[in-house]
Amino acid sequence: MNKRSLSAMVPSLYLVLFFTYLFGPLIIMVITAFNSSGFPRVSPWECFTTDWFGKLAADNKLIEGLGNSLIIGVGVVVVAIPIGLAAAIMLSQVGPKLRASLYTIFIAPILVPGVVIGLSTLIFWDRIGTFFNAPYESFFYSGTFLTIIGQVTFIAAYSMLVFLSRIQRFDHTLTEAALDMGASPTQAFVKVLLPFMAPAIGSATVLAFLASLENYNTTVFTIVSSSTFTTVLSSKVRYGLDPSISAVAVIIIAITLIGAIIFECRNRYMSVGWIKVVADRPALKIATHPGTVAAILAVMVLAAVGFIKSHDSSACQAEILNQKRALQQQLMEQQAISTPAPATPAETTTGDTAPANPFGGANNNIFAPQNLGGSTAEPEPEPAEPQSSSPFGKGNIFAPENLTTPPPDGG
Amino acid sequence: MTKEISLEHVWVEFGEFTAVQKANLTIAGGEFFSFLGPSGCGKTTLLRCISGFQEPTRGVVKIGGKNMKGVGPNKRPTALIFQNLALFPLRSVADNIAFPLEVRGVDKKTRRKRADELLELIALTGQGDKKISELSGGQKQRVAIARALAVEPDILLLDEPLSALDLKLRQHMRTELRAIQKQVGLTFIYITHDQGEALTMSDRIAVMNKGKVEQIGDGKTIYDHPGTGFVASFVGENNVLEGTVLSNDGTIVKVDTGLGVPFVVANHATEKGALVPGDACQMFIRPEALRIAAGDDDRNRFECNFVTEEFEGNMRHIVLDASGRKLKMSMINDGRNPIDGSAPIALDFAPEMGIALPPGPLASA
Ligand SMILES: Nc1ncnc2c1ncn2[C@@H]1O[C@H](COP(=O)(O)OP(=O)(O)OP(=O)(O)O)[C@@H](O)[C@H]1O
Ligand SMILES: [Mg+2]
Repeated sequence: MNKRSLSAMVPSLYLVLFFTYLFGPLIIMVITAFNSSGFPRVSPWECFTTDWFGKLAADNKLIEGLGNSLIIGVGVVVVAIPIGLAAAIMLSQVGPKLRASLYTIFIAPILVPGVVIGLSTLIFWDRIGTFFNAPYESFFYSGTFLTIIGQVTFIAAYSMLVFLSRIQRFDHTLTEAALDMGASPTQAFVKVLLPFMAPAIGSATVLAFLASLENYNTTVFTIVSSSTFTTVLSSKVRYGLDPSISAVAVIIIAITLIGAIIFECRNRYMSVGWIKVVADRPALKIATHPGTVAAILAVMVLAAVGFIKSHDSSACQAEILNQKRALQQQLMEQQAISTPAPATPAETTTGDTAPANPFGGANNNIFAPQNLGGSTAEPEPEPAEPQSSSPFGKGNIFAPENLTTPPPDGG
Repeated sequence: MTKEISLEHVWVEFGEFTAVQKANLTIAGGEFFSFLGPSGCGKTTLLRCISGFQEPTRGVVKIGGKNMKGVGPNKRPTALIFQNLALFPLRSVADNIAFPLEVRGVDKKTRRKRADELLELIALTGQGDKKISELSGGQKQRVAIARALAVEPDILLLDEPLSALDLKLRQHMRTELRAIQKQVGLTFIYITHDQGEALTMSDRIAVMNKGKVEQIGDGKTIYDHPGTGFVASFVGENNVLEGTVLSNDGTIVKVDTGLGVPFVVANHATEKGALVPGDACQMFIRPEALRIAAGDDDRNRFECNFVTEEFEGNMRHIVLDASGRKLKMSMINDGRNPIDGSAPIALDFAPEMGIALPPGPLASA
C-alpha cells in the first residue's frame, strides 16, 4: 500500500523536477525584472518596480542592437529559406549516390563551429572587397550584410533539414500530373509543391528567424563595428548587468506566449470537432475565433504597457534607501565600538566637548558610497548654529580636507 | 477532333536496360486501345512516351501526324490518369477537376460551371466541396477521370486505373469508363495487366512482354488466334504440350506430342517457313476446348487420369495427368458429374481448337 503510493509519486516528482529545471530560470528571470534591486536578483526583495522597462526603452544601444537584429533576422529568412528549399528540392530529385554526397556538403556548415564561419566570412569578404578596391562604406564591410551572409550559411542548412523531412512525403507524380494537365513548370511549383511545403516554410521561417536572433559566435565577428541584440547583451554582461536584461526576457517570453496561444487557438478552432460544436452557435464561434483571442491579448498587452508606464515605485524605493542607510549606520556603529577611533584626528578636536560619537551627524556616513563623492542628494538639515553640541556637526573628520584644517568652529 | 497516334520503332533504354523495344503501332482516333502485359513489361514506360514524360531513345511518337519530339507533357493533347491517380490532396474535389482550367487562366465562374458539369458526368453532383480524403476509392477514380476530361483532351491515357479497386467496383467502373468513352468519343489508351478488363473493354489490344509488343488485335483474335507462345499462354489459360512437327500443309499441322496418335491442329505460325517437319513445336489447347470423348473420328483423342478438381461455382476445372504431363479441363457446372476418378478418362478436342506454334518463351504462372 505504502510502497505503491511511493512508486506512484516518483513520476510526479520527476515531472515537478523536470518542469522546475525547465521553467525555474525563466520564472526567476521574470521576477527579477520587477525587483528594484540594482542587480538582477530575487532576494532580498526590495520594491515592486516597472522602472527597468523604462530603462530598457531608454537604452539606445540595446534598442539599436535589437533593431539591427530584427533587420538581420528578416534578411536571413529572406535569403536562407529559398536556398534551403531549393537544396531540399534538389536532394529529392537526384539519384541516391549524388544525394549522399550533396547532403554532406549542404549539412557541413552546421558542423563547422560558428566562430570559424564568422571569421572566414569576415576574411573572405574583406578579400573580395579589397580585390574590387571597394571603399569601407561599401557593403563588403557592412556588419549587417556580413552577418546576414555568415548566418545564412548554416541557417539555410537548418531550414533545408526542415524542408527535407516534409518533401520526403511529397508524391512527385503530383507534379507530373500538374504538368500533364497543362501547367507550366512554374505553375506546377507554385500550385502543387509550394502549398504542400507551406507548413514547413512556416516553421522554417520561425526557426531561421530565432536562430538568427540568438546567434552570437558567428555574429560577434561579422558584425564588425555595428552591434546586435546579442552582442549588446554580452557586453552588458561583461561591463555590468542590471535588471533591464530581465525586462528584455519578460518581453520575449510574453511575445512567445502570445504567439503560442494564438497558434494553439487557431489549431483548435480549425479542428473538425470544434467546427461541429460551433456550427449552430455563432456567438461561441466568434468568441473562440483566433482573431478574438488575439484582440483580447492585444488589449491585455496595452493594459500592461499602460501599467508599466504609470506605475511609480519611487516612494517605496526612497524608503528602501533610508532603510539601507539606517542599516549601514548601524553597521558602522558596531564597527566603531569594536575598533577604537583613530587618535590623531580625535586629539585635534577633543577637549571641550563630551565624548561624542565620532561619526555623529546624519550626513556623516563615511561608508555610504554616495558620501565618498562629497555630494549627497538627500536633504540634510544644516546645523542652525555653528556651535553645535557635536564637534563634528558639520565636518567629516575623515574627509581629507578636514584632516589638515581643523573645523573653524571647533574648540 | 480525334487524333491518330503512331509509334514508329520506339525504343526506350535506361542505361543497359531496354524497357521498350521497337514498338511499332498505330492507334486510330476514337479507339479504345489497351496494352496488356505482365508487371514490368514496359507498359507505363510506353504510356509515358506518349504523354511526354519520357523521350524515346530511338524512334518517333506522332500524334495527329505531328512529331512529338521535344514537346513537353503540358503541350500535348493528352491527359494521363496515373497509376496512383495523383489527385491533389490539398484541393477540394471541384478544384481538382478545374485544375487544368485554372492553369490555363480560365476565370473562376467558368471553372466552377465546368466542374459542376463534370461532376454530373461522373455522378458526383454536389460533392465538389468535399476533400479528396473524404472520397471512396471509386469516387477518387471518377474524379481523376473528370479532371483529365476537363479540358477535353484528344487522348486519354489510363494507367491501370482500376487496379486498386475491389472486384464489384472494378466491374462497375469498367462499364462506366466504356460509357464515358462512347459518350465523349475520345481515344482511350488503357493499360492493364488484367486481361478480363482488356478483353471486355477494348477495340484492340496490344500484348506486351519484356518490352516487346508481341501481338496486336481485337480481343477475339488475341484469344482465339494467338500469334506467339507468350500470347497463347498469357491471355486466358492454355494447356501446352511440347512436340515435334510430323507434317505441315500450311494450315494444318500434324504434331507428335507423345500422347497416343499424332494430333492434327491448326497452324498459327506467322512466319513463313516455320514449323517444317522435324522441328520442335509447342501445341496449345484451351481447357474449355477439351471434352470427354464421345467417339467422333475427326477429333484428336487421348487418355489421361484424374488428379484433382478446382471448383469455381459456375465452372469446374479438372486437373488431369496425361503420361506425366499436367493438363487442365474446364467444364460448365451443369449438375452432372461425368468423371469417375478411378478409371482413365478419354478426352478429345476439335483440330481447329488446337494451336501449333514455334517454340518460344511462355508466360510464367
Ligand atoms: N526511370 C527508370 N529507370 C530505370 N529503369 C526503369 C525506369 N522506369 C522504368 N524502368 C524499368 O522499366 C521496366 C518497365 O517499367 P514499367 O513501369 O513500364 O512497367 P509496367 O509494365 O508499367 O509494370 P506494372 O504493370 O508493374 O506497372 C521495369 O523493369 C522498370 O524497372
Ligand atoms: Mg505501370
